[in-house]
Amino acid sequence: METVRLKIKRQDGPNDLPYWEEFEVPYVQRMNVVMALQAIEKKPVTIEGIPTVPVVWECSCLEEVCGSCTMIINGKVRQACSALVDSLEQPIVLEPMSKFPVVRDLRVDRSKMFEALKRIGAWVTVDGYHDIGPGPRMSPAQQQKAYHFSRCMICGCCCEACPQYNSRSPFMGAFAIGQTYLFNIHPIGKIEKEKRLDALMGEGGIADCGNAQNCESVCPKNIPLTEAIALIGWDTTIHTIKKFFR
Amino acid sequence: MAKSKIVVVGGGLSGLMSALKAAEAGALVDIISSVPVRRSHSVCAQGGINAALNTKGEGDSIDTHIYDTIYGGDFLAHQTPVKRLCHSAPGIIYMFDRMGVTFNRTKEGLLDLRLFGGVKKRRTCFSGATTGQQLMYSLDEQIRRYEALNLVKKYENWEFCSVVLDSNGICRGVSAMDRFSMQLRAFPADAVILCTGGFGHVYGTCTNSTHCTGYAAAEVYRRGACFANAEFVQFHPTAIPGSDKMRLISEAARGEGGRIWVPRDGKPWYFLEEWYPAYGNTVPRDVAARAIWKVVKEMKLGVNGEDVVYLDLTHLDHEALAERLEGILEIYEKFTGEDPRKVPMKVFPAVHYSMGGIWVDYEHHTSIKGLFAAGECDYQYHGANRLGANSLLSATHSGMIAGERAVAYAKGLKTNWENVQSSIYDTELERQEDINKHFILMDGPENPHILKDELTKWLTDNATIVRYNKNLEETDNKISELKERFMRSRIHDRSGWANEELFFMRTLEAQFEIARLIVRSAIQREESRGSHYKPETPKRDDEKWLCVTKAYYDLESPRFDYSEKVEILDIKPVPRRYDIEH
Repeated sequence: METVRLKIKRQDGPNDLPYWEEFEVPYVQRMNVVMALQAIEKKPVTIEGIPTVPVVWECSCLEEVCGSCTMIINGKVRQACSALVDSLEQPIVLEPMSKFPVVRDLRVDRSKMFEALKRIGAWVTVDGYHDIGPGPRMSPAQQQKAYHFSRCMICGCCCEACPQYNSRSPFMGAFAIGQTYLFNIHPIGKIEKEKRLDALMGEGGIADCGNAQNCESVCPKNIPLTEAIALIGWDTTIHTIKKFFR
Repeated sequence: MAKSKIVVVGGGLSGLMSALKAAEAGALVDIISSVPVRRSHSVCAQGGINAALNTKGEGDSIDTHIYDTIYGGDFLAHQTPVKRLCHSAPGIIYMFDRMGVTFNRTKEGLLDLRLFGGVKKRRTCFSGATTGQQLMYSLDEQIRRYEALNLVKKYENWEFCSVVLDSNGICRGVSAMDRFSMQLRAFPADAVILCTGGFGHVYGTCTNSTHCTGYAAAEVYRRGACFANAEFVQFHPTAIPGSDKMRLISEAARGEGGRIWVPRDGKPWYFLEEWYPAYGNTVPRDVAARAIWKVVKEMKLGVNGEDVVYLDLTHLDHEALAERLEGILEIYEKFTGEDPRKVPMKVFPAVHYSMGGIWVDYEHHTSIKGLFAAGECDYQYHGANRLGANSLLSATHSGMIAGERAVAYAKGLKTNWENVQSSIYDTELERQEDINKHFILMDGPENPHILKDELTKWLTDNATIVRYNKNLEETDNKISELKERFMRSRIHDRSGWANEELFFMRTLEAQFEIARLIVRSAIQREESRGSHYKPETPKRDDEKWLCVTKAYYDLESPRFDYSEKVEILDIKPVPRRYDIEH
């Protein structure tokens, strides 16, 4: 029977030391990393024949639209559901993302990304949730531009790949700049443009970006993050000058 | 006067909408969600959301939307709520538009519309092929705004365990458990709104996210809530076969011109176009799924002898595909390695949506006082078959209604949430502790994950597109056997921290109840209607079965009640056909 070998970095809890375990699971056609982890659940025994407990990881949609199952696979940060075994060298090495606190095994706590969205005000302020007629008109080109950014799953790939993003740095991450750009170009969202620029000029903002450009190359949705960083960088400069003369 | 307190369980489209409405009406709102809300299953909806905006010069109207929905649902939906739903649709689209949803646009800058199944008018607003994700994100953002204003509090990675009922059987809150620390706690409330989605994952391989287990619905059913129309499970005709998941390829692919075919005598045979000339490839989902089933299973004409048919987009303009369907093309390419712009996609029907669910009245109040339900977990609006792009609409609309009505109900209560006897919460927490202890000590020979696979196989083979009573009865017996073997299974993980296996055990036990509900309800209904098709009783029988299947929990088998007739207003039942115009 054809099998798949996995080497998994495990950690029982946030304050425990990590350790490695290896597994061998039956191969099936079109297998992805999630299926390999599910196979371990059915027979939680290491390659040495030692019984262990199933691996803990986060997953949900299994089609790369929710961002849950992000982890490091053979050294590269990506979603486990779309990581097909056929295209991976074995043993497949799985590690949790290193830039977020580990909850257990491959599961991490990414809540600080959501906190960053709160800080920059990543929303359109509306008057209420009742029917007050149509929104603003928009050209197809404007819509397509916004759509590139609105597909961000807040998965954390851009943070993982960023040399500036870590537990000791306050940098909010490239996604936060991408989201600022998204709301700042919206016809209603732009009313609060300056508030968001102020937030991005504060601690952990755009000044902390080292322009390594890793973010864009690892983004699973090919979001043009470096473009947003350049444009928002320019906007913050203008904003500073305006404030100076006010 | 003290503020009312509403607990919303579930952070998908419906949950967040009801939370916003309840907060807007002045209540304090707690949202409990087993996943970070932005990762809820609503993100998987692809094709769009319906509203009769009539901007294409096709003479569309709200009345046509209402008629299509009722006709498409094979006349099993109550008509008052469907009317309200369709009337609310344009306002809902405008609200999302104002929130910044990136709906595709026409050259004039208006919201673009596309064609969907079971209709003749372009009525579906869309954002590429990730419309659910885009709507979901807009509400996630609005909730974050309300959090920043301290109007809403989110409890993410918290698992709903049970409702807390007082001595009069009135719902006074819920118990829930932190998925990391495993801490159990009570959330007292004046009213609870369940927005916990469908139960597709009872079938294992389906288009649903892994957490769509139906646990919450099963739990309130066991506590006395009425469950309705469980036999009506939608199979989406086009999904990419996979053993971990059937990945959805949106109906929008056909709405934009995609064609279904299989090779026959060396030539493409477009069987939907031949059998249903009036609607062709955009027949409703139950009709398309049955046709594919017939071609593959009965005529044995699946591509290369496999259980698949072609969904062909190769003749369509590449630029239009990129602007309108990119999300699904990406999914297909990433998971199969083939480019759907160049080769036809291979697809097969898969479990997709639960038309049935927790019974609610027109105000979304369940049969338990103080407990509301909205979104896919309720049973309203879609009758025996849901039309494509009506689910994002019903999720939002029902969330709005439930949020408002829950607050109105709360304001009428004599005893406020802060003055409810605390002993009812203590008792419930003890009960949940005992359940956890029971699971954590299980040390039998069976592996629960393997039992789950068996359940998947039995349901998928038998409670499916074509149903036979004998097979359903055998499945029911199998469910009893699996339940019994589950009691002799073993938990591997006994950790008190982030113990995913414990949650798996808790939800699996509940899935057996839902499975039984689906199977028993299907056996009971001796007719064929919408998604429920039995060759032994192949006709719709309005005389006997124009009624709601209402089920109540009993230890042995559900108790059924068919006294609630479907509300028929001006739209009278007629034979439902898609081969000719109607």
